[in-house]
Amino acid sequence: MTGRYPPTGERAGGAAVAGSRMPAQGGAGGEIGAVHEFALAEAVWATAIDEVRRRGRERMVALDVRVGQLQRIDREVFELALQETGSRAVGSLAEVAIRVAVEPARFRCRACDRRFGLAEAGAPGDGDDAEAIHFVPELAHALLACPGCGSPDFEILEGRGVHIAEIETR
Amino acid sequence: MRLGDPRAAVIGRRLAGVKRIVAVGGGKGGVGKSVVSSTLALALARQGRGTGLLDLDLTGASDHVVLGIDPVWPEEDFGVRPPRVHGIHFLSITCFGGARPLPLRGPAVSDAILELLCITRWGDLDVLVVDMPPGLGDVALDAVRLLPTAEHLAVVTPSAVARDTVGRYLAMLERLGARVLGVLENQRRSGDGKAEALAREHAVPLAGSLPYDETLERACGSAERLAETPFFEAISRLADSLR
Repeated sequence: MTGRYPPTGERAGGAAVAGSRMPAQGGAGGEIGAVHEFALAEAVWATAIDEVRRRGRERMVALDVRVGQLQRIDREVFELALQETGSRAVGSLAEVAIRVAVEPARFRCRACDRRFGLAEAGAPGDGDDAEAIHFVPELAHALLACPGCGSPDFEILEGRGVHIAEIETR
Repeated sequence: MRLGDPRAAVIGRRLAGVKRIVAVGGGKGGVGKSVVSSTLALALARQGRGTGLLDLDLTGASDHVVLGIDPVWPEEDFGVRPPRVHGIHFLSITCFGGARPLPLRGPAVSDAILELLCITRWGDLDVLVVDMPPGLGDVALDAVRLLPTAEHLAVVTPSAVARDTVGRYLAMLERLGARVLGVLENQRRSGDGKAEALAREHAVPLAGSLPYDETLERACGSAERLAETPFFEAISRLADSLR
């Protein structure tokens, strides 16, 4: 199942019921399904373009994006989503170096002050619970717990979702 | 929201096809915001209007209970598209997390709201009804900031306690420069004129009066039964006025 961005009409081809699968890895030719990562990628470009304008610069030469481990966004899928949405947002991407890195998730328990990672928190590997966190990472508070005291009252210190680490302009 | 947080940048695009956003709030818990929101959405949908319902009460979501909606995953389509149930494009945190308790502190609530608004493609709607949680905290502030075109409806009951909180809610909206659709009196029994007075005090309209309806509790959980109540009839007049 593949999709092209932007969607045309109310129902783009390649739509899928969320929860039925994790985003498919880009296949031959780098095509991916109509994954919700496109919406996040579009937001990255909108913000990056605003930032270039705010700096009074003419062009972007590098975009450095972090995807949080908690949200389980596949790095290669997100790179492809950025390529597809970016070609519409900024025209030629030839001069923009796109870097995507996964940021490990780190948590701090507010009840016992323990610091822990995703594996210790009992993160689901797949299935509907993993999908729920994939779409809305705050559902981790319903599905994960502090490995020390079992509390769901923890803080996500880093590695939550998508954010822009750096934009280089010229 | 961090400096590099991109999500707010596309919220306007996600809502570009929505003609009106009506945020049903008031600040006070237990005044019927969720029943009003859900029934208003149902009335709009039954009038043939393109209708969305967004339950922003993340820690106490209940619109799905009022309308008898089992958790339904949204469609993944370059974002997510809310499932259509009873003619309503419906989105709630329960679509993703089911009925599990979701203990969230303020910053996490804001993060979840940003995520939902960033990824949800509402399409073309006449009215998007937003069910607000109680309080004058994060969600109320986020709704004003992230949904600048929203028109706020303040639900009040004959209770003096509710009236006091709703008065502060209206004052907050005024300070933030938000659009106020009016005061909506709920559970009206005798008509003591105090809701009208509250509206006058804040120079906003009385958007409507909904009767105390003892059949309502038994109707909750069924869209068909809700649509047969005097409450539904009264709220249909409010829906009419949103043209």
